[in-house]
This record gives sequence, structure tokens and C-alpha cells, in this order.
Amino acid sequence: MTLHKLSAHDVIDLFKKKKVTAYEIIQDIYDRIDKVDGLVKAFLILNREDAFKQAKEIDIKFKNGEEPLPLAGIAVAIKDIIATKKIETTCGSKILKGFRPPYNATVIDKLREAGAIIIGKTNMDEFAMGSSTENSAFGPTKNPWDLERVPGGSSGGSAAAVAADEAFIALGTDTGGSVRQPASFCGVVGLKPTYGRVSRYGLIAYASSLDQIGPITKDVVDCALTMNIIAGHDNKDSTSADLEVPDYLSSCQEGIENIKIGVPKEYFVKGIDIEVKDAINKALRVFEELGAKIEEVSLPHTEYSLPTYYLIATAEASSNLARYDGVQYGYRVEDCKDLSSMYERTRSEGFGKEVKRRIMLGTYALSSGYYDAYYLKAQKVRTLIREDFSKAFNKYDILVTPTSPTPAFKLNEKIADPLTMYLSDIYTIPVNLAGIPAISLNCGYNKNNLPIGLQIIGKPFKEETILRVAYNFEQNCEIEKRRPEISSIKDKENAE
Amino acid sequence: MSEEIVIGLEVHIQLMTKSKIFCQCSTDYIGKKPNTNVCPVCLGLPGSLPVLNKKVLEFAIRTALALNCKINRASIFHRKNYFYPDLPKAYQISQYDSPLGVNGYMEIFIPESDEKRKIGITRVHIEEDAGKLIHEGDIATSSYSLVDYNRCGIPLAEIVTEPELRSPEEARIFLIKLRNLVQHLEVCDGNMEEGSLRCDANVSVRDIQTGNLGTKTEIKNMNSFRAVKKALQFEVDRQKELLAEGVKIVQETRHWDESKNITLSMRSKEEAHDYRYFPEPDLLPLRVSQEMIEEVRKTLPELPEVRKERFIKIYNIPEYDAEILTSSKALGDYYEKAASLYPDKKVVSNWIMGELMRFLKEEKIEIEDSPISPENLIEMLKLMDERIISGKMAKDIFETMFKTGKGARQIIKESGVTQITDENELIKIVDKIIKENPKSVEDFNQGKEKAINYLVGQVMRSTKGRAKPDFVFEAIKQRMKKIR
Repeated sequence: MTLHKLSAHDVIDLFKKKKVTAYEIIQDIYDRIDKVDGLVKAFLILNREDAFKQAKEIDIKFKNGEEPLPLAGIAVAIKDIIATKKIETTCGSKILKGFRPPYNATVIDKLREAGAIIIGKTNMDEFAMGSSTENSAFGPTKNPWDLERVPGGSSGGSAAAVAADEAFIALGTDTGGSVRQPASFCGVVGLKPTYGRVSRYGLIAYASSLDQIGPITKDVVDCALTMNIIAGHDNKDSTSADLEVPDYLSSCQEGIENIKIGVPKEYFVKGIDIEVKDAINKALRVFEELGAKIEEVSLPHTEYSLPTYYLIATAEASSNLARYDGVQYGYRVEDCKDLSSMYERTRSEGFGKEVKRRIMLGTYALSSGYYDAYYLKAQKVRTLIREDFSKAFNKYDILVTPTSPTPAFKLNEKIADPLTMYLSDIYTIPVNLAGIPAISLNCGYNKNNLPIGLQIIGKPFKEETILRVAYNFEQNCEIEKRRPEISSIKDKENAE
Repeated sequence: MSEEIVIGLEVHIQLMTKSKIFCQCSTDYIGKKPNTNVCPVCLGLPGSLPVLNKKVLEFAIRTALALNCKINRASIFHRKNYFYPDLPKAYQISQYDSPLGVNGYMEIFIPESDEKRKIGITRVHIEEDAGKLIHEGDIATSSYSLVDYNRCGIPLAEIVTEPELRSPEEARIFLIKLRNLVQHLEVCDGNMEEGSLRCDANVSVRDIQTGNLGTKTEIKNMNSFRAVKKALQFEVDRQKELLAEGVKIVQETRHWDESKNITLSMRSKEEAHDYRYFPEPDLLPLRVSQEMIEEVRKTLPELPEVRKERFIKIYNIPEYDAEILTSSKALGDYYEKAASLYPDKKVVSNWIMGELMRFLKEEKIEIEDSPISPENLIEMLKLMDERIISGKMAKDIFETMFKTGKGARQIIKESGVTQITDENELIKIVDKIIKENPKSVEDFNQGKEKAINYLVGQVMRSTKGRAKPDFVFEAIKQRMKKIR
């Protein structure tokens, strides 16, 4: 059986028709993981025993006549920054090696109640700081489309796992593009919900005012399906919005005639890959044919997004990551002469380069004498960026942009040059600063057979609109459905 | 140079809500096994998030209102960042530039100068408490330390005064009054020894001629009212001496060492933390509606000042008595209970302020734990009225009551000590005493009426207080007149 190639909603249909059991689904997924993950390296840890146990329980309940759960038997991969009870949760960092949270994140409880099976934890840039998954303390994940390339990041493991058919659904987190950019690099669907739409309880914080959990899936319907489960208010997260959650699946079914699309001109200037630009333009024609109205729009403060992000996110990170001090859990250097040397050495040895870089940057931005010039100024600019979007949304229903200026780049290509690396999130970061929702989905391939991502940005708490637009595009774009051919570098060399 | 002492206080009170400030753990942490009164939130485990306990807000508003503060309709939580093992997130959720309450005051009375003074309250804000470190042996030499997180997340209100206290004694008076207030408000039990009320102070000395403020030092670790006064006095003297010698005061944090009776430097300004405050992104700005403020105002209990006036009015006792009896909530409650059971309110007040408070002070017992209940005190007073015991006996019985916790009736029954009611027997004793004290008789005959008192005392002594004093007095008087 090749269940792993199917979408989640197709597998659920088979399960409901009693054509497959949850056990068979999980068996097939682990077979697939065993076959390809040695090359892709999407997973940090597998939850095999527990997953099979759960699958059996689901099968028994279904056999006994219970209603099938909405995600019954669906194998879900979880980014290793989301707390899973008793399952090691490292954030891709040496400093949390061996840490097993005594509790589940709210999204994990919700997924499990919906019948989903957590099959393992996926690789990521350490503490979600990075755009290539090369910053993982446990080695990089490879892009299934080209194993010499990065899968994007920081949710690279989650995107690669879905692209390589190692999971039907994965959860990622998106602080500056960490769901959408890897989704675009891996040719899958990734949604960053509105800030406050999905509970952050159990999401290990990088930048609290920007972080959101989002699904990474094979198609838009699976994305809507997952959002139906994970969205909603949570008493345990004060910043989660107490708003009604619509049925995202049914909203996909409507058309997009007369929808007004804004295309921000600042997103098509220097640095954009010509093939990416062409792919977006083609996509815009598809929208036009579907009856949408398209106009150019200006988001004048776009150029300040990156510096604003790197002040706010790092400032929050410097505080959020201060708790990794070797006292309570995780890594601690032995044989310290005193408390300050324990702190210093534990944190020097426990954190990777990029994390330390951002902690230092953020600490500086918050320091007395610099706070007003950096952190406070950045907050003011953030307001301006947010206003850019709200003005645009007075006129347009959605905005369409590329997800990233280029398709997947090569491993080690940008790792030595942080500023170049940071630029790969230039189209996604403003969305986090504004706290609004955006989805990335495939809109074609470049000449090297690498996927290109299209970003659809929506109004706050209007995920149903961007899902509807994305679904209409997916159904009508007439882009050939390709799948990555996962072959080892060695195989490739042999072929040449 | 003539100087003026400038003291400002920072007082932390633990708010007596049922659960902690940001999670559902109990606030009843004292005496619990280390690290059992915790959850992912108060342990600051990765991924956990704070959710404000609404009761904490209510208690803090209550405190701020009682201190005549203006309540900010919108205030913000900030993170105060610093590394210490008792702080599991490495930041404390606190309030910074927009606290809950501002611009209040509390009036205190200074007996020394017989004046009332209004001490400004700069701010009242909400924050979380940290855990506790337990060092193996002494802090300086211990080879390891253990952390107990049970106290993490206990809600605190921080009350900051203007630098308007002019002596260590004023600081002590302010603090006692503040404790009394928060006890009346039922927001804090005010126990300094257990740390539910903690006080730091900023101290400096101002040159009156130039009006220039001196450099201030911050004094920490004062764990009792007495310690506050002693530590501040030490610090004031230290600063004055240095200034007299022309030495500059260093801005620093100093630690009160109770065993050595000195303050010691902890860290200088250069070593001071940069707390890198910034708005807490995990909590929404705190919005307090006018309705909520009014709602809380309605639930404010009777405050000590008002209670004092009521005592004067309805119990008809002197202001002095009322002041003392309302100086703590528990004492006021004790008095009211006792007074409700006895017609003469002043007698009740005398016994409480006299004997009871003397014994409590000697034995270092709080009024809440008084071995003599208000009911027992009144039972004893009634036995006196019924002349079953004399005033002198009452004092002895009171002592036994205090030591054993038993009632007066029971003590009398057990010891067989009752008043001698047989008048013939008493007269025999009177005669004997008169015979034995010819000097007193002579004095009396020469017009010294007071000599009778001495003889009465002798009778009481020989009967171990079991005689009825007024009967004895009358008996002696009559006999003496006969003799004369």
C-alpha cells in the first residue's frame, strides 16, 4: 500500500469506509520514514511505540461502533518546539537535550482528542532562529526535492516530512516566516494564523509577540481540516482571541469572483529571483480568470520590516531564553566554581552560534540607555507597518506576494552570512509584525525542479478568506502535480 | 552642618488569595515539602504561559484604594530580567512605568512630636514572588544550594512611599500602621517573620542649609519592626559619621546583619542590575473599569481610623484606649468580642491593655494566639463582680489562665481558692493584724487615714488574697475607731 502518498482527507475517507485501519496507516508511515528519513533527516525523535498503541485504540473504538474522529489515525509530525508530554522536546538545541515536558501543548491535546497520532518530533533551527534548519544542534534536514538544498526554516523538518510523505500533516511555528518559507521551499501548504487564533500554550517561546503555531500540509483542504481542530480560544493563553472559529472546510467551497487582490509593489524590487517573479505573475492571471480584481498597492514601510523584526524578536528572545540557565532542567556544565561560571559556561556551551548572536542583540536592544533608540523605536515602526496593512485592507480583501525571494538554496550557501540568510524572510516577516494571517502554497517550479511559493495575506482573523482563495487557486491553476524524487547524493552521482 | 534624615520604604505584601498570581497552585506554601506546590507555569517551564488571577487584581485595588491611590484604568505588566536560581524564568513579571495605583498617602501619628503626618504613596503595583534558596550550611562557605520553588508565583503587592519619613522611628510607625491596614483589608496577614510582609528602605541624609539631597543607600533584609528601626538608625548614623569626616556616601545596596547589628555592602551602583524592563508580551494590558473600582470600593471593610472613632463613640472609651485597641485588627476584634459580653467597656479595655498585653508581650505571643479567650476574660470579670474572687486573686488567676489556657471557674474549682465569706473568720484575722501592727494604729490615731490601707494589705497578704477587701476595709475602720 502507498497510503503515505495520499492527503490526510483522502486517508480519512478510506478509514471511514473501513478500507484501512489506523494501525495500517501508521505502519505505512513508519515504513516510509524508515525508507527515506535517513536521507531527509526530518525527524529528531520518533514516537513509534506510543503511536501504534494509539492506533490500536482508535481501531478498537471504531470497530465498537464509535463515531470516527475527524483526524482518526492521521499521522502528524510536530516541530520540536511544541511541548509533548513525556516526549523529549529539544527546540533543536543542546541546552534542552533530554528535556521531557510534564505536559502537552494545547494544540497537542486538541490533535489527540481529534484522533491524530503524534508520530515524532521534527528538526528545526535552534529555538526557531534560522531560515534553513542548518542551525539545528542535531544536524541539518535536507530538502526532499534536492538533498543538496535546504528545506527552509525554521520549521524545515516539518515541511520536509510532509513533502517526503513521512507525515500527512505537520505542525510548525512561524515567528518571521518559519512555516511559510519552508512550506514554499518544499512545495507544500503552510499557514500562519492570525496572532491569537491558535493557542501558544506549550509553544516554547522564541518571540512571544510574534510566534504562532501553524499547519503544514499537502493541500489546502488538509490545512483547513487542521485549522478546524487547532484554532480557538484557550484559557491558558491570555493572548489567544476569544472569537468564534468558522468551519474552514466549508469556507473553501465558495468561489472568489469579485474578490479584490492587492499586489504590494515593494515586494517586487531588487533581490527577487526572476523565475519566482514569473511564477507569481502567472498565478495572478489565474486569479484574474477566476474573477478577482487585481491592483498594485503600496506598503511604504516594508523596507523597515527586517530591522524592526530583528530588534523586537531578539529583545523578546533574550528574555525568553534566559531561563535556560542549567538550574532546573536541560544541559548544565559540571564542575563549576560558582554560580556565575555555571551560568556562563552552561549557556556558552549549550546554545549555538545564531542563538547567541540573537540573545546578544536583544540584550543590547533592551539595555538601559539603548531601549528608547532600539526597542521602543522598533515598536513604533511596527505600528506603522501594521497600519500599512490595515490601510491596504480597507481597499483589498487579500494581498498576494511571493513567499520567499528565491527557491530553496544550497546547504552552506548562506550559513556564514547571516544578513543574506535573513533576507530570505523579507516577504514573510511583515505579516508577523502585523499579526495577520498568511498562507503559502505552491505556484510552480523553477528550471531546477524546485517549488516556488505563493503567499496570500489576509485580514486579521480572516483565515477562511485566504483558505478559500488558496483552495480556488489550487483547484484551477493547472500546475502539474509533481512529487519529489528522493535520491541520495550518491545515487545522483552514479546517474551522472 | 545640620541634617535631615530622608527615608523612603518599599514594602512587599503577600496577597492572601487562594491561588497563585498566574496559575492555579495554592498560596498555602509554608511548611510544605519543597517543590510540591508547583506546576509548569510557576516553575517557568518552557512553553508555559501566565494567566492573571482576577482575585489578585481585586486585592491589589483594595490595597491601593485604602492607601488613597488613583487607580490607573490601564496598566501594563513588565518583565524584570535578572539571573538568580530562585527565579525560574530568569525574569519577574512585575509592573514598571504604569503601575496599578499611584499618588496615594497614609496618615501617621508621631507621639514624640505629637503631630500627624501624611506620608505619600508613590505607587502600588502587582508582581510575582520568587522561590527560595536553601544553602548547605552558611551561604559563604556552602558547597551546594537547593532551590525550593513553592513560593514562586505567590502574588505580591509592592507599596512604595515617597522619601518623606524623617526618622527610623517614623519608618517603624508607618510600617506598623501599614501592617494594621492590610490586615484590616484582609489582603495580607502581615507576618514579617514569615516574610508575608517585607520591607526595604532607601536612606539618605540631606543638608538642610543647601537643601541638597545626599546619596542614598538601599537597605535590605530587615525582618521585624524592631530590625527596621535598628537597621535604619545604624545606617543614618553611619552616613552622618562619614559625612562628618568628609567621606562621600557610595550609592549601594546594603544588607542588615541582625546578629552583628550592622549594615553591610551587598553591591554597588556599578554592580547594580540592568533589569532591561520591557512590556510582558504574554499578558494583555491590564484594564480596570470604573465599575470594577466602585465594586471593590464597596467591599472595603472598616478601616482602622474609622474603627477607632466608632470605639470612642459606641464603647465610650478614651481616644488613647481606642488608638491602641485598633492598632491591629486582631486586637480590635478581641476587644469587640469581649466588650459585647460585658457591660463596663472601660474595664474590659483596662484588662486587655494592662494585664493581657503585658503577658503577651513578655511571652512574645500574638493576640490571635492568646491563651485567654475573650469569653474566659469576661468569665473572670464576672467572678469578680460576684465577689467570688477579689481583685488581687484575679491577677493570680489571670496568670494561671494565661499559662494553662483554662477558665477562671475551673482554676478556682481545681485549687479550692475562693474568697473567705465567713465574716467571723475574717474578723479574727483583722484583730490579729491590728494587734501585730501597733505602729499603724498609732499613725491612724494621729490622723493618718491611709494607715488603714496598709492594714488591709496585710490582711489580704495573710489570707493570700482570699479576703473580701471592702469588707476588710470597713471592719478595720470600725475597729480602729473603737480603739481611738
